Amino acid sequence: MPANRTSIRFKIRRQDAPGSPPYWQEFAIPYAPDHNVISALMVVQNNPVTTDGQRVAPVVWDRNCMEEVCGSCAMLINGVPRPSCSALIDSLTQPIVLEPLPKFPVVRDLLVDRSRIDEGLRKVRAWIEIDGAWDTHEGAPRISPSEWSANYLYSRCMSCGCCLSACPQFGPHSDFIGPAALAQVRLMNAHPTGRYDQADRLHAIMGDGGVSDCGNAQNCVRVCPKSIPLTTAIGELGRQTTVQAVKDLFGG
Amino acid sequence: MNTTPKAIVIGGGLGGLWATLRIADAGFPVQLFSLFEVKRSHSVCAQGGINAVLDTKGQRDSIHQHIVDTLKGGEYLANQPPVKSMCEAAPGLIHTFERMGVTFSRTPEGLLDQRLFGGVKNKRTCFAGASSGQQLLYGVDQQVRRLESLGQVVKFEWWEFLSLLKDADGVCRGILAMDLKSLEIRAFPADVVVIATGGFGQLYAPKTTTSSHCTGAAASRCYQQGAWFANAEFFQFHPTAMIGRDKNRLMSEAARGEGGRIWAPRDPSDARAPNAIPEAERFYFLEEFFPAYGNTVSRDEASRAIWHVTRQMGLGIQGTDRVYLDLTHLDRAFVSGRLGAILDIYRKFAGTDPLAAPMEIFPAAHYPMGGLWVDFERDDSGGMRPDSPRNQATNLPGLYACGECDYGYHGANRLGANSLLSASFAGRIAGESVVSYLKGLDHHRAPLDPTGVASEIARQQRINHALMRSDGPENPHQLHQELGALMTAKVGVVRANPELATALDELRELERRAASVTLGDSSAWANQTLIFTRQLQDMIQLAMVVAKSALERDECRGAHHKPAFKIPLPEGKFPGDPEFEDYRTRWRANNDQWLKTTIAEFNAEGPRIHYGEIDLSFYPPTEPRDYR
Repeated sequence: MPANRTSIRFKIRRQDAPGSPPYWQEFAIPYAPDHNVISALMVVQNNPVTTDGQRVAPVVWDRNCMEEVCGSCAMLINGVPRPSCSALIDSLTQPIVLEPLPKFPVVRDLLVDRSRIDEGLRKVRAWIEIDGAWDTHEGAPRISPSEWSANYLYSRCMSCGCCLSACPQFGPHSDFIGPAALAQVRLMNAHPTGRYDQADRLHAIMGDGGVSDCGNAQNCVRVCPKSIPLTTAIGELGRQTTVQAVKDLFGG
Repeated sequence: MNTTPKAIVIGGGLGGLWATLRIADAGFPVQLFSLFEVKRSHSVCAQGGINAVLDTKGQRDSIHQHIVDTLKGGEYLANQPPVKSMCEAAPGLIHTFERMGVTFSRTPEGLLDQRLFGGVKNKRTCFAGASSGQQLLYGVDQQVRRLESLGQVVKFEWWEFLSLLKDADGVCRGILAMDLKSLEIRAFPADVVVIATGGFGQLYAPKTTTSSHCTGAAASRCYQQGAWFANAEFFQFHPTAMIGRDKNRLMSEAARGEGGRIWAPRDPSDARAPNAIPEAERFYFLEEFFPAYGNTVSRDEASRAIWHVTRQMGLGIQGTDRVYLDLTHLDRAFVSGRLGAILDIYRKFAGTDPLAAPMEIFPAAHYPMGGLWVDFERDDSGGMRPDSPRNQATNLPGLYACGECDYGYHGANRLGANSLLSASFAGRIAGESVVSYLKGLDHHRAPLDPTGVASEIARQQRINHALMRSDGPENPHQLHQELGALMTAKVGVVRANPELATALDELRELERRAASVTLGDSSAWANQTLIFTRQLQDMIQLAMVVAKSALERDECRGAHHKPAFKIPLPEGKFPGDPEFEDYRTRWRANNDQWLKTTIAEFNAEGPRIHYGEIDLSFYPPTEPRDYR
């Protein structure tokens, strides 16, 4: 994609605090071929002057690992939710439009409050019940390599929130728990001892806000930076909850 | 009145979460503090794996060998009882992780797979695809969430530890922390505090593989309140990190292991694309410097050679801090099969294909072996006494440390895949030790003096207000860049005393300048510049510890390399030859002088160094390392 080779230009949606009105500012930094959105934002941060010469407060955003494994730095980049560390400038149309990840409450500028992801994981009991974190002198049952490869895809979810921000059903307007937590139910239910509690997890997603609230827009799977087959998980859970409903009916 | 003693854990990586689990398992409530959601901690960055002797590969691997490899890899600087206990506990830790649901990679018959990792002879490393650290962290993160749902753990995410609250006897009784959104500063009384806040690679930014929150600020704050900081001069540099403006990203040494060649143009002004430079005009310096090993020379030797070629010979690509790591001569299918994870990372973050053009790399600060000094109690077997309240205890009563922020398990250098192990093990031990400490507490001791707490809150608020009002000439982000450049140049891969002395002077100057900044942000809400400036001031204090510890240690050991004090192994000479015997004598004399723990204590004039004895009771050093 042809980029402007003298500068990197940003249009950034800013917001001073929750509830305060958003506004836009534009910045430009000297071009270099090896910038990503984070490294470019770091240059802006060093000298936060807008293109019309106004010195403003540095842009607030979240980052940590910068290797696309921690999930911190997701934001809306040219309208697409994605981690900013792996968003290479040369692949983006300018001015690069940065906005906070939608669907989550804005804390300040590009920083959002994603605590709802954690709540979802608690609600679906996304863990394996163990007696305690001590050595029981044996491991867990064996897992075949093919089962492992299917599970591993889901275990790479880093709670970045991209899938949730792209999902039309998820947001302040709804209780839908969203694809990220659902995929973890799929993962936990596949573990040889995690299966013991699969009914509890399925019950947690069988009511309002559960798996049946998915509208099958398939946006989640398109934006997931880790290519997690979220819609496959949701499909499997649809079948699991149906079976569970039958079991519940007949005391199975 | 509820008198159940409670614990605070600061840091939500592997170490902190393991400590949290073991304390909560024992029925004591835990408040867990983190700068962000705990699952975003730097533990996720570890790709390679975690060492544990399972001996499932028909190689007669043994725990004894794991202990010896770890001790030798650290050039005998680690206390041996903790290392022994860690290696013995490793298989049990792996099985506990497995029960938690960690997606370890599997063999065809469904067992935990193990692979070969740097510096050892046996397949001893469990792994989970190419994201081992992420998977291990998620395992304990999920268990902490389970305990949260039972009300045994309360998380304080987006809170920053500022200072320890100590009672009249100097016992740690809680912390002061700041809400990173509202900037509220609040006291959290507790009966014991565990600090598990990771390493401090950001002292070398951007030439570091670590996350942006790995500032060491929290450990520095403990140090400035009297906690000892040990072996700070030992910092592992990874030779092959891809260069980035925000950070340098690790390219595993598998790239060299599978046939990658490191080179630079013989003429540094050569502006041709690397593929257009003929063989004769390429300087394959590892192959020239180390004919026997070539490109597979150890991490340390490779880092020093790259440093020498770029900074001393001036032969970096276009005169900069870059050399090539070249895979283009290898069979594409072979490389894609063996190095897929590396290729993906490079393509993703550099936007170019390492199969088409060589990668550009440079050494990067990767892992500090040093950290907060912690104690241990030896038992009759020569390991750590289980449940002793001395294990993982800092010198400040009531303060424990674990994970990358302690100094305990690696000595002068760290073996690959031992860091996930030490973080997990130290966290588990710290948790168990804290439980013993809490059980032994006198429940009738006087509460914290509220006026002291109030005045500490007021002091911390004054620091915030002063920074927000400050209109000095300095920019904190600029100062961070200067700090990173200074530490990289003078307290890095290769060290010399005159430069280290200069570095200390320059750090003093940075300390002074960091007190007269302009934040450029006057908001009292989520003010990241304020938060960072406070961290920066503490990073500079920690940098002084690193520089001072390095200045004082006149030898080469592990990652600390001071060529002026190198004792060279005589070439072509072996035991029995007079030259070798002379070398052996010098090696022993050097150990008599320097085989000791560096301990830094805070002082307003600068760190004060003293030395501690090392427990060498398990495997005393009798022979120099000789890999010929």
